[in-house]
Amino acid sequence: MIGRPWTVPVVSRTPEALLALVGCLFVLAAPLSAQTNLRSLAAVVSEVQPKVVKIYGSGGLRGLEAYQSGILVSAEGHVVTVWSYVLDSEEFLFVVLDDGQRFPAKIVNHDPRLEIAVLKIDGHDLPHFDLDKGVSLEVGNGVLAFSNLFGVATGAEPVSVLHGRVSATTKLTARRGAFETVYKGPVYVVDAMTNNPGAAGGALTDVRGRLAGLLGKELRNALTNVWLNYAIPVDQWRQSVQDMIAGKNPPRIANASTQKPERPHTVERLGILLVPDVLAKTPPFVDQVEPGSAAERAGLQPDDLILFVDGNVADSIEALREELSYIDRIDPVSLTIQRGDELLEIELKLTPTEADR
Amino acid sequence: MNSILLKRLAMGAAVIGSAVWGRSAEIPEAVRKAEEARIAAVAKAMPAAVCVFAKGGQGGGSGVVVTPDGYALTNYHVVRPCGMTMQCSMPDGRLYDAVLVGVDPVGDVALIKLMGRDDFPVAELGDSDTVRVGDWCFAIGNPFLLATDFQPTVTYGIVSGVHRYQYPAGTLLEYADCIQTDAAINPGNSGGPLFDAQGRLIGINGRGSFEKRGRVNVGVGYAISINQIKNFMGYLRSGRIVDHATLGATVATSSDGTVRVTDILESSDAYRRGLRYDDEVLSLAGRAVDSANVFKNILGTLPKGWRVPLRFRRDQQTHSIFVRLAGVHAGNELLEKLQGRRRPPRPQPQPGDPQDKDKKDREKNGRPPAPPMHPQPKQTPIPKHLARFVKKRKGFANYYFNVLNRDRVWSAFRKKKGPVEQTGKWELRGKQEGAGEVVITLTADQITGTFPQGRFLVDLSKDWDGQLGPAGSGGLLTALACWKRWLTVGPKAYGEVVYIGTCPIPGRDRLFDVLHATYGTVDTRLYFDPDSGDLVLLEMYPDANVDPCEIYFGDYRDVDGVSLPFRMDVRFGNGKFGVLVWEKVTLGRLQSARVDPKERPVAESVKQTSIFGSGGHA
Repeated sequence: MIGRPWTVPVVSRTPEALLALVGCLFVLAAPLSAQTNLRSLAAVVSEVQPKVVKIYGSGGLRGLEAYQSGILVSAEGHVVTVWSYVLDSEEFLFVVLDDGQRFPAKIVNHDPRLEIAVLKIDGHDLPHFDLDKGVSLEVGNGVLAFSNLFGVATGAEPVSVLHGRVSATTKLTARRGAFETVYKGPVYVVDAMTNNPGAAGGALTDVRGRLAGLLGKELRNALTNVWLNYAIPVDQWRQSVQDMIAGKNPPRIANASTQKPERPHTVERLGILLVPDVLAKTPPFVDQVEPGSAAERAGLQPDDLILFVDGNVADSIEALREELSYIDRIDPVSLTIQRGDELLEIELKLTPTEADR
Repeated sequence: MNSILLKRLAMGAAVIGSAVWGRSAEIPEAVRKAEEARIAAVAKAMPAAVCVFAKGGQGGGSGVVVTPDGYALTNYHVVRPCGMTMQCSMPDGRLYDAVLVGVDPVGDVALIKLMGRDDFPVAELGDSDTVRVGDWCFAIGNPFLLATDFQPTVTYGIVSGVHRYQYPAGTLLEYADCIQTDAAINPGNSGGPLFDAQGRLIGINGRGSFEKRGRVNVGVGYAISINQIKNFMGYLRSGRIVDHATLGATVATSSDGTVRVTDILESSDAYRRGLRYDDEVLSLAGRAVDSANVFKNILGTLPKGWRVPLRFRRDQQTHSIFVRLAGVHAGNELLEKLQGRRRPPRPQPQPGDPQDKDKKDREKNGRPPAPPMHPQPKQTPIPKHLARFVKKRKGFANYYFNVLNRDRVWSAFRKKKGPVEQTGKWELRGKQEGAGEVVITLTADQITGTFPQGRFLVDLSKDWDGQLGPAGSGGLLTALACWKRWLTVGPKAYGEVVYIGTCPIPGRDRLFDVLHATYGTVDTRLYFDPDSGDLVLLEMYPDANVDPCEIYFGDYRDVDGVSLPFRMDVRFGNGKFGVLVWEKVTLGRLQSARVDPKERPVAESVKQTSIFGSGGHA
């Protein structure tokens, strides 16, 4: 096919080909329709830019940029972004608005299944996206991608904007094995070059500036070395973000009022040996599993990362221990774990002997 | 292609089309109009696009013609490997010879001149300050040097950011106040034009962000704004290696959001004009400064030597001053940096030298010697027909164009009549407004002046820079000595005279041709009106780090073949010395051995030419 014009099918005058021709006309018409926005596009951009923020945090070593993008989703300063090493330390976490205002940021919560996080800055009357007014896109729709790719914008400079079209709506699972990602759900694949350092957490909007998706983390196909330009549709994360803002499923460590049982679970009793707890927030990676233990029976393996305990976030060894201290030994414990790029749900249950010992 | 695949394609296409299916098979009017407008813009912009090819296939890039006689803009990094001449193709299918004119290594801009026509298609210059993020734009150029058929490539996109500042890459290139676009900018697009949706030139493409993606476009290209280049255009035409400006002071955005001076050189003009530590900077060159980045952006668009307005606030009081900007690089620093980018030549291996053995081993293994890290400009011989447009001289990209402009300014000033022949005793008689009578005489040996405040004398046999009377003028009599010398001997005999380019004058909204003339230890800058050719301003600098004496000339009267100013507004530093209005100007002709044979011998040793003025001012 190389070098052959793509109108070849038209030459064979079959009904299918005619249909193809009609279809092609519309495909051609679609890119042009963006031109009808000629006058308004700059206005759309200037309206959206204040809703997209620059985030500065941890990193800066070995090609790990210490910045990413985020979007404001409430007037009080809730910011949605991707969950990444940039958010490793709240001590060095800042959000800079398009007018140069700089705020320290707190992490409200994160959703490991979607790899997104909600931050909070101390603002009011901030321009923001209304999540309930997010839009769905179809293949061929024009899009704008707002992000601080390459950290181009600094201080009072608004983020960059790229334009493009939705090339495909697909599930990342379709390319399982090729992309190392936890999130396997639907994505918009776009022809704008959104997959650049610092772009993750930015906004994908339609040509009228309505929020359609969150620009995903950098993803490279391990087989072809091709970088994927994609965004996660609003539908996929709206509920999770609204829950996080509403304070549902927060790490229980933040809510000490709940009553603790007298005989709670411990990691040791479940037969889990974790990696040494050396950081302020050491991720709860499994180092070893005790033979014959509840953990082994449930299929837990070394190098598994524990994300949730009974649906509550356990983003550190400390948080995991705290979560377990709220669950009575006689009750089963359900764990959400990450193994490679798989998310698994397992249930651990002690035998009466183990519980009493 | 098999029929199943065809069927699938057709179905897929039908599904895609189904969103608008049934509304109308016609393409909407607005869509067609927009497409027509886009095609028209590309058609308007295309003819001026240039593809640059270095001789001998050592790379190339893009460019754009901006004047009918063939001056074209490109990047410094495009012409650098080309040497003094290059070849340029245009969409008309012709290949033109071009010579290097001037370079701005810091801004990464170069001016070249295409030869052979005086009716080149030109790009219409836009106003890059009105470009908004989200505006459609397009680049035309020579990506991956594809234009071997002379037809450039068009890439369309939007403006992704404006007033971007890209830190210097390496030691020099600094992209201040540039335009960011997602129109594909690839290697080879360098130096090419970025147009707005109406086909007006808004920038020169030159850089992109690549990092770990390899050297292909990833949606982030940068163009040098055309407004910056407009500032530099006169400088680039001078054939010089030009430099950017510095204020001699640093600023930072403070916690309350104001931009304040954090450091200032006491030797800087800004300091002499009254700017001090902790002053709040409000605007520079007419643009509001609301952050330190914005300040850097504005400064980055200004050429060394320009004098621009600066507003600052101290103790609730706003001050407006005009500041002379120094160069980012001092003395020969810029030249040294440019030369420093080249590797020193390797020592020649001697017989028996271990290096030689090494070379033999390599040859034995069939491996070619490693190429140098950076391809060096090969000294390609300059073609004979171009030789007269090329003059090499230290500090210049092409000295030919400096002489060309120097002589252009001189011819316009003297209206092709050559230097003033009256080289004898000159007498200026009139008054200083609001003060009293003034008489100044200029002879070959001395300048004397009688002012209301006293009598002053400059002995021209002694150093000029030490005789700066009258007090408060900064050296008016010496400045007048330079003025007379300029009028009577012209640029070739004056001393060292260099065409600087075009610069602003405070309070006037246009640019003026500027010559820098050095005689002995005294430097002068002469500003000429590009339309009338008149000398508008003379600045006399007895020393690099002191304020000049400024004479603003006006009320020119053309009498007896000599056009002379009857009004001289003399200023120095932050003050005004006074306005001198001449009532009678007498130019004496020195008796010389070379007397026009038609002229009868005169009885007196000095023939008088008197011009009487009205005494008023225009």
